[in-house]
Amino acid sequence: MSEQRFNIDVENINAEFCGSSTGYADERVLVSLERAQGFGKLKNLPKRLPVGCRRGGCGICRARILEGNYKRDPMSREYVTLEDEKEGLVLLCAIYPLSDLKVRLEPKCVKNVEANSQSLEI
Amino acid sequence: MALTGVLRPGFIQLRVLDMAASVEYYTKRIGFHVVTKGEDGRVYLKAADEFDHHSLVLRQADTAGLDLYAFKVRKDEDLDSFKKRIEDYGIEVDDVRAGEQPGIGRRISFVIESGHRIELYAQAEMSEPKPLIHNPDVWSVEPHGMRARRMDHALLYGPNIEKVLNFFVKVLDFECAERVDMPDGLLAIWLTAGMKAHDIAFVNHPEPGKFHHVAFELEDWKDVGNAADIITRYNISIDIGPTRHGITRGQTIYFFDPSGNRCEVFAGGYTYYPDHPTRTWDEKEIGRGIFYYERQLNDAFLSVVT
Repeated sequence: MSEQRFNIDVENINAEFCGSSTGYADERVLVSLERAQGFGKLKNLPKRLPVGCRRGGCGICRARILEGNYKRDPMSREYVTLEDEKEGLVLLCAIYPLSDLKVRLEPKCVKNVEANSQSLEI
Repeated sequence: MALTGVLRPGFIQLRVLDMAASVEYYTKRIGFHVVTKGEDGRVYLKAADEFDHHSLVLRQADTAGLDLYAFKVRKDEDLDSFKKRIEDYGIEVDDVRAGEQPGIGRRISFVIESGHRIELYAQAEMSEPKPLIHNPDVWSVEPHGMRARRMDHALLYGPNIEKVLNFFVKVLDFECAERVDMPDGLLAIWLTAGMKAHDIAFVNHPEPGKFHHVAFELEDWKDVGNAADIITRYNISIDIGPTRHGITRGQTIYFFDPSGNRCEVFAGGYTYYPDHPTRTWDEKEIGRGIFYYERQLNDAFLSVVT
């Protein structure tokens, strides 16, 4: 099997460079970033790499593609609307690289939250 | 028969992003069977060890998550008495006609204060495959995939969990088998209508109507290991496990379906009787309550939902 390899640069939500992963055309971008994190190649992340369902449903790994081409699997419209999509927003777990990529992590959009409800982030 | 009113979970309806991939996953990997497909595209599935028509409904959509969770009650007239009690509590009740889902009788449907749609029904036709009844072998068709025996329970995330607890106990006659209290309030509840440690559970969460997981029951710890082999062999997205819950004592794995809906397969758990006290956990020991071997929550437990 001939494997197409790509370089994926990642920025945090403050647009600071965090590091790079080696991506493959048949591998979800998020999975290549999980591997890079395991090798200690990602720095400057606010907490850890946001990894959730890895299947386009939960919206945790929302990001903006700054440069490069990719193909996409279905991803939940709750977290990537048509407008978001036109702006280059994706879920990293639902895209595969077709070239070198530059991506920036974005916060998950949270909807329908009552103003007075407490957050339970630990 | 001492069990009256709400008997047990009946079926769950989930939204999926890719129907073909989802049907393959729930049949070949989880080990369920397709019963039928509806004209509107919904697919109805069951475990071979369940008598009733179906326990899992998949609906193609552009978001993942939960449409509704339905419990079976003992008698048709229970639906009328529960409807009155729910309306008296102050929650609007919708009637759903018999046959809206194939093989299922009339349902009553309502949205609880966490934002989840819950339903009750009394009648379900049986469907194939199902357990043998006369001189029964241990299975009618050979178990496959993870060998799931039934859709067992769900964990839902939403606000107003104190109110949800009050509603389930006072109006639907559930018992609270276990709970987690943090210094700033109630975090989570495990509720049972019968003798399982839980039939439904809730975690307090700011977004209403969110779905954490649906659980499928396995025979034993060895089958949990078999499920773990399947998860890696078929590159299913893993969350955590195999491990154990302190809460309910279930031996477990969390992983995700092709649309990112979290699934659990588990074995074991204690037997609950309604005279048992509610088991309680606090902030200091919540780690081993949720994941008994890791003794801490993973990043995803409180934040990853569909």
